[in-house]
Amino acid sequence: MKNTIWRVALAAGLAVSGATAQAETLTAGFASEPSSVDPLYHNLGPNNALRKHMFEALVGEDENLGIVPMLAESWSNPDDLTWEFKLRDGVKFHDGTDFTARDFLYTACRIPNVPNSPSSMEGFIKRAETIEAPDDHTIRVTTATPYPLLLSDFASFGVVSASAAGHDGPVTYKKGGCEGIASYPPSEDYNSGKAAIGTGPYKFVSFVSGDRITLARFDDYWGEKPYWEEIVIRPITNDGARVAALLAGDVDIIEKPPVQDLETLRAEDGVDVVQGASSRVIYLHFDHQGEPSPGIGGTDGKNPLKDVRVRKAISLAIDRPLIVDRIMGGLAVPARQLVPDFMRGVDPEIGLEEANLEEAKKLLAEAGYPDGFTLVLGTPNDRYINDSKIAQAVAQMLTRAGIKTEVDAMTKSVFFSRRNKYEFSLYLAGWGASGAGMASPLRALVATQNKDKGLGGTNRGRYSNAELDAEIETALATVEPEAHDAALRRASKIVVDEVAILPLHYEVTPWALRKGLTITPRADQHTVLTTVRPVD
Amino acid sequence: MLAYLIRRFGQSLLVMAVMATIVFFGLYMVGNPVDLLINPEDDLAAQEAAIRRLGLDQPIYIQFLQFLKGIATGNLGVSFVHNTPALELILSRLPATLELAFFAMLLAILLGIPLGMIAGLYPNSPGSRVIMGGSIIGFSTPNFWQGLMLIMLFAVFWRVLPSGGRGQTTDLFGIPVSFLTLDGLRHLILPALNLAIFKIALVIRLSRAGTSEVSLQDYVKYARARGLSEKRIVGVHILKNILIPVVTVLGLELGNVIAFAVVTETVFAWPGIGKLLIDSIGLLDRPVVVAYMMLTVFMFVMINFFVDMAYSMLDPRIRIKAGKS
Repeated sequence: MKNTIWRVALAAGLAVSGATAQAETLTAGFASEPSSVDPLYHNLGPNNALRKHMFEALVGEDENLGIVPMLAESWSNPDDLTWEFKLRDGVKFHDGTDFTARDFLYTACRIPNVPNSPSSMEGFIKRAETIEAPDDHTIRVTTATPYPLLLSDFASFGVVSASAAGHDGPVTYKKGGCEGIASYPPSEDYNSGKAAIGTGPYKFVSFVSGDRITLARFDDYWGEKPYWEEIVIRPITNDGARVAALLAGDVDIIEKPPVQDLETLRAEDGVDVVQGASSRVIYLHFDHQGEPSPGIGGTDGKNPLKDVRVRKAISLAIDRPLIVDRIMGGLAVPARQLVPDFMRGVDPEIGLEEANLEEAKKLLAEAGYPDGFTLVLGTPNDRYINDSKIAQAVAQMLTRAGIKTEVDAMTKSVFFSRRNKYEFSLYLAGWGASGAGMASPLRALVATQNKDKGLGGTNRGRYSNAELDAEIETALATVEPEAHDAALRRASKIVVDEVAILPLHYEVTPWALRKGLTITPRADQHTVLTTVRPVD
Repeated sequence: MLAYLIRRFGQSLLVMAVMATIVFFGLYMVGNPVDLLINPEDDLAAQEAAIRRLGLDQPIYIQFLQFLKGIATGNLGVSFVHNTPALELILSRLPATLELAFFAMLLAILLGIPLGMIAGLYPNSPGSRVIMGGSIIGFSTPNFWQGLMLIMLFAVFWRVLPSGGRGQTTDLFGIPVSFLTLDGLRHLILPALNLAIFKIALVIRLSRAGTSEVSLQDYVKYARARGLSEKRIVGVHILKNILIPVVTVLGLELGNVIAFAVVTETVFAWPGIGKLLIDSIGLLDRPVVVAYMMLTVFMFVMINFFVDMAYSMLDPRIRIKAGKS
């Protein structure tokens, strides 16, 4: 009896403490852990999502990755080579000091000086020849050649405080090495919180590796105050455990709920599912160069994928709406271009393609493969939503058209290494476009590989088309937005006509939340908890 | 005794060296970590720069020599992912795992031995049958399934315990521990139980077999004939004599529980070294995996050593002799 009373008292106590805490603290279960709190250490999804809470960029990206004012209130181009940013007044860092142009210069100086960065932010500042601060609230940037994507680049890294990093004097930015800065803080100083001072809506409280990251609301934030007083981010990498934590009420929101559990979660009383379109396209890339190509058989050493008719046949053989419906459970949008409609550079004239098996077979016969050939399709099995299942479906559809396709699925660490060594004739991968829109996948996936021009970085199909390269380079050298987008549209049309690459669908990103809460889905798939709020 | 110690030490160094070499080259063959760490938006020049920064542009034998040079100076390498010395990273996660492992072992001993002895002393009672039946379930169901079931029952349906994570920690001699706070204990129960279920089942079966064997021995009959109390017979004469196999097995299992609590730590999002290992393997973070394996080998060697010591205390007939064993 005594025991029962004690138990009831305990339960009641827990319930009460739970209820009061939840009104102010938001606990989130993340699928992967940021490798550091340092916003300039590692250009990777989880890190960039975390930094959006604490460190703001010069310009921001809204949920559809459109550029919006952030630390800079406005900007203009006096000429094609110059960008002038007017900084917002009254922006304070978490330690109470004022944000000025000096901090941006310091940030630009520190980017190449982050030791051992596995993926540096250097790419985002290397187009800037000079960065100057005529006064405390103006930044003037010049580029060597006209460069339209500067805003998207500057939206991609968070600004750190110079004083908190241990530098008190003035800063002069110089490409290739700033002067007068004695030393830069290591990333550990950000993990410990010592230097983790930004201007964002939340400030650093603690970081316990593998366990939790705790942030507190910053009361002097210049913008709209977020709803939650405190945010706790817990990395729960196991899918089942993450769902269980939500069902148990231990966390209020989880990212990447497993697709096969979504129906159950929707039916659950205490849980809501929110989903939104993303900029991530799932595509197939062809081996455009290998002859013979490693995964092709029955063609006497020839590579049929170099023939545009074969590529068209493959595209016609794949029923994209069927994949979206049956495999993705509606959690995708069929694709034909490399970025979804709401982003810049999309050609609205290009419609979706209807699958047509007869036409595909006819094209194959025309190309000299009436009996088809054999093909191995490489795919990761733990990187994208349902990646290996999509590959299985594609393989069946191609086999039906006469191309006997086998799936070679593997874990991502093996897949990306093999892909970068050109071991696949056809591979499935994904691309999450940045705010640059169509320019982002074009320059990385289908532009001819060129180290000096910085093009074709992920073009592991080694596609090369001079006409397309010319359009991409025109776009990348045109600052005027309308002309820039027009060049992108022309390039996109070439990619579609030549089937340089084969987009399958755009992922739709789901989140699962405690009932009564909602989140604004972001196209970059980042979980930004400042947008989580009660449904009104 | 000293010669014995030196030989043991030499053996462990050799095993550690072999282990480090195998893991080093094994991970190299799996793939290039930069392919995973790099942002795909980076152009080719930036990708090459990242490979250079991490020293991965060198041929593998140079990388290995550099690794050996690091070891000679007591440096096991810096994590590719976290940019923290690998050993430091592992040690910072170690308290959470040790805490979990010792709690699991405690559960295994406190529950397993008495239950096993009961089953051995009264083999035909219904209670014993329940115990033995339960131990079979504990044995034969997969660890991660047990973990998920525990979460479903205690965290989702009854909502009495948290589903995962580590609770509030307090510093004990500068080491963060969670078993001193109520919140910490509540977080500890489920993962510790999950880790312990298999060990409990194991200990039950060992103790039962030992008990039924020992209770038929002459000295037990003689003790009974002398009129010693049942409490003393069971608590001293039987218990002491069944402990040797239990200690051997638990010793080995302790190493297992510390080094490879991967499943439990993943299911319960416990921030220990097992979770670190699995994440590091996934990202091909070679310095961390290699350091982890070396530490593990070292730990197993040490545990075996202490198990040998425990034998000689439990059974005076076993003595560690210099030159033998």
